[in-house]
Amino acid sequence: MTEATKESTALTRKDFQTDQEVRWCPGCGDYTILASVQNFLVEAGAQPEKTVFISGIGCSSRFPYYMNTYGMHGIHGRAPAIATGLAAARPDLDVWVITGDGDALSIGGNHFIHALRRNVDLKILLFNNQIYGLTKGQYSPTSEEGKVTKSTPFGSIDHPFNPISLALGAEATFVARTLDSDRPHTAEVLRAAHAHRGAAFVEIWQNCNVFNDKAFELVTGKATRDQNQIRLRPGEPLRFGPENEKGIVFTSHGRAEIVVVAEVGQDAIAVHDAHRDDPSLAFSLSRLSSGPYGPTPIGIFRQVERPTYDEQMAQQLAAAQERGGPGDLAALYRTGGTWTVEA
Amino acid sequence: MANDTTAVDERPPGRPVRRLENVVVRFAGDSGDGMQLTGDRFTLASAVFGNDLVTFPNFPAEIRAPAGTLAGVSSFQVHFSDYDIHTPGDAPNVLVAMNPAALRANIDDLAPGSTVIVNSDAFEERNLHKAGYETNPLEDGSLEAYQVYPVPMTSLTVEVAKDVGAKPREAERSKNFFALGLVSWMYSRPIEPTVAWNEEKFGKNRTVAESNLAALKAGWNFGETAEVFAARFEVEPAHLAAGEYRSINGNTATAYGIITAGQLAGIPVFLASYPITPASDILHELARHKNFGVRTMQAEDEIAAAGAALGAAFGGHLAVTTTSGPGLDLKSETLGLAVQLEMPLLVVDVQRGGPSTGLPTKTEQADLLAAMFGRHGESPIPVVAARTPGDCFSAVIEAARIAVEHMTPVIFLTDGYLANGSEPWMIPDPEEFEPFPVSFATEPNGPDGSFLPYLRDDRLVRPWGLPGTAGLEHRIGGLEHEDVTGNVSYVPENHDYMIRIRAAKIERIADDIPLVEVEGDPDADILVVGWGSTYGAIKAGLTQAREEGVQSAQVHLRHLNPFPSNLAEVLERYEVVLVPEMNTGQLASLLRSRFLVDARTLSKMQGVPFTAGEIASEVEKLAKERP
Ligand code: SF4
Repeated sequence: MTEATKESTALTRKDFQTDQEVRWCPGCGDYTILASVQNFLVEAGAQPEKTVFISGIGCSSRFPYYMNTYGMHGIHGRAPAIATGLAAARPDLDVWVITGDGDALSIGGNHFIHALRRNVDLKILLFNNQIYGLTKGQYSPTSEEGKVTKSTPFGSIDHPFNPISLALGAEATFVARTLDSDRPHTAEVLRAAHAHRGAAFVEIWQNCNVFNDKAFELVTGKATRDQNQIRLRPGEPLRFGPENEKGIVFTSHGRAEIVVVAEVGQDAIAVHDAHRDDPSLAFSLSRLSSGPYGPTPIGIFRQVERPTYDEQMAQQLAAAQERGGPGDLAALYRTGGTWTVEA
Repeated sequence: MANDTTAVDERPPGRPVRRLENVVVRFAGDSGDGMQLTGDRFTLASAVFGNDLVTFPNFPAEIRAPAGTLAGVSSFQVHFSDYDIHTPGDAPNVLVAMNPAALRANIDDLAPGSTVIVNSDAFEERNLHKAGYETNPLEDGSLEAYQVYPVPMTSLTVEVAKDVGAKPREAERSKNFFALGLVSWMYSRPIEPTVAWNEEKFGKNRTVAESNLAALKAGWNFGETAEVFAARFEVEPAHLAAGEYRSINGNTATAYGIITAGQLAGIPVFLASYPITPASDILHELARHKNFGVRTMQAEDEIAAAGAALGAAFGGHLAVTTTSGPGLDLKSETLGLAVQLEMPLLVVDVQRGGPSTGLPTKTEQADLLAAMFGRHGESPIPVVAARTPGDCFSAVIEAARIAVEHMTPVIFLTDGYLANGSEPWMIPDPEEFEPFPVSFATEPNGPDGSFLPYLRDDRLVRPWGLPGTAGLEHRIGGLEHEDVTGNVSYVPENHDYMIRIRAAKIERIADDIPLVEVEGDPDADILVVGWGSTYGAIKAGLTQAREEGVQSAQVHLRHLNPFPSNLAEVLERYEVVLVPEMNTGQLASLLRSRFLVDARTLSKMQGVPFTAGEIASEVEKLAKERP
């Protein structure tokens, strides 16, 4: 490798930044996520020309404009569909979807679950702030019941989605949750998601300091985070608490329950295994909390292998070409029989 | 009426054979009776024989509507001739009715004196009642105006199928082959192609294959021996241009056109679609041809289908999504984005009766204004329409060419009649097509080594820069942006400018499409302007009117947006402009608003195409009104 190419491959965060002014509100969690993603791409040695960010509509969906890669700011909720087409057509690309709770789970719910079940090779980052920010503060499909917003002056009567449960229900092969403010953890999850072949879903709890400030405080705030963060570490017992005094057990019905370790004994505590093919236990873990209101698992819930959509599509093409040779138009037109009219 | 041209010519040992110029046969039965298959087979035999032909399948939306009812009647009309024809025929000369409902639903379309062949076994009380007959029309004299031939098709079929070991219930299913055999005898059609096809299709199931074959032969022999039919008929091969032909319907032609367009553009085809009648067959056909590098995806909904196609277009593929009316509504959002991005995206709309679910299996041309204007904001899109089943092939290639050469979404319109109707198609030579190779951007085009995604050429077309190309990294999106850089811009004057430049780009496509040609009598006072599947009916209608001494000219539009650049001048030359459309006057309103011409509308919204007679009588009426 020559000096020049060596230099050009050593990219910095700046190489992933654009000259466009970033227009999120000061203090918005999106800034931290943008920095985390840019830093991660540098660390991963990503090539800007092979990287594509596709987004929908919402605050988070402005993300592609700030990434010096290929990008498309799409239509509300449709990013997974657009990205599916791109990833299926061009398996050589590294395709990321940037979406939010309204974008992915409300208007785009259908595309979201289908992209996951198809296992298209996409990395889907869902910035969950439990509110509609861009339209100035309506409740979202992840807002808690009773939420008072402009569109719910008497409190929301909608039961919220648990995005992790939803993704697991759609049999996503990679499902994780991380926090905007925890950069090392975000980086760790992004690393695993990026390495995953297939649809990787990452829910990122993101603070909207304008319309839903401190929504995640119970889980992320200094005072309570030790009590409320259940870190999912592969191969390790599911223990948490300031003194690591609590743990998770699975009941005979498969339900995850919080117990005091001293009362049940260390051996009873479940060991985290994201590679289990059956998603039931991961689902049980996701049911431990319906949101940032108490002890909540953070980390990778599920990470399993399944053939990807784009890979299989390419295989079918290759197999067809092997069987039938490259397409012959003259033969195609004659399928089903012909006759000749003499001059 | 069939045109009887020559006198009886006796040839032993059969019945006298009369020579006809053209015949229209309609097979009608329950949707479970296999009428579409019967019609298809009869068509193929006629095609192989060398007749020109046009078909019109007509079937209910329900897969199995209640048996024996009017709602469940399915029919297939074949018009075959010894000369060049353009319509499936106005009135059938022969109706084959497999049950009372089929008779009742179709008899009014026949002229007195026409032939009616019925499966008399089906005319029992229950069926008569279901069809709403109080008395048996075969006995009450109500069919006196017609030549009626009651044939016990079911029992004769069961009888012969017994010999090959079919149980009566199984055997009954072959009765359509009996009908096919009988009509094949009447019109001297070869049965060999059907015999071969039956073997290929059902060969694995011996009982079915053999009872079909037995029924087919029994039908033929019945005609030959039963002394019921006074004569047989012959329709000589048509004088089609010399060459190799096949029979093709519009959906297959569209699929072949899409594959061919990908080859001509030199880029792979990506089709994403959601199943919808009557467009699904295009998806089915393309899904079979992966060896052409065609990727097909059945999306979760119409919106995703359009979205996935758009994503593939961003990746440099010939992106296509196929649909019908209700699906077009759902794709309008993505079309708006494609307009804003200036990304090639081909949307095929096989129009059907609307609004809403409307008439899913019936034809209509009522999506023209939706294609033109059915999006919020100023979002002009080129619109191309096919005129015959075979024309779907070259018309869709043209639509794809416009999309990739002008970096724009394009809507290609066909309809239910074109989709399922078929005609002989002269097999083209792929070497003779004009390729339109896509050249993607490979180098930065900005002064400082940057890539400017909206830097336009002299046709106002922007470059197509693909992800994967180093140095061309750029962002595009649905927000309004500056020209040249593509950077988001809310500047008021910029938005005004961008709307105009996007519109101007579409208008300039007029420089890149052929002029309209006037057919018929160019010096007449009356001009009939059509688009889409009305072509054949208009052409045949004007020929009829001409025989009555009324002259008229015809213009048929393939390009509906932009219009060909000589259209204004052509319209001006005529005193009367008539626009027959299967809608309330959508093209007429475009012509009126665009060219200030007093275009008159002839409307028909019955789910079936215009007949030539309908066009002829309107033109004759207009001629009489004139001083
Ligand atoms: S509204 Fe909320 S989510 Fe949107 S930019 Fe402002 S702080 Fe961030």
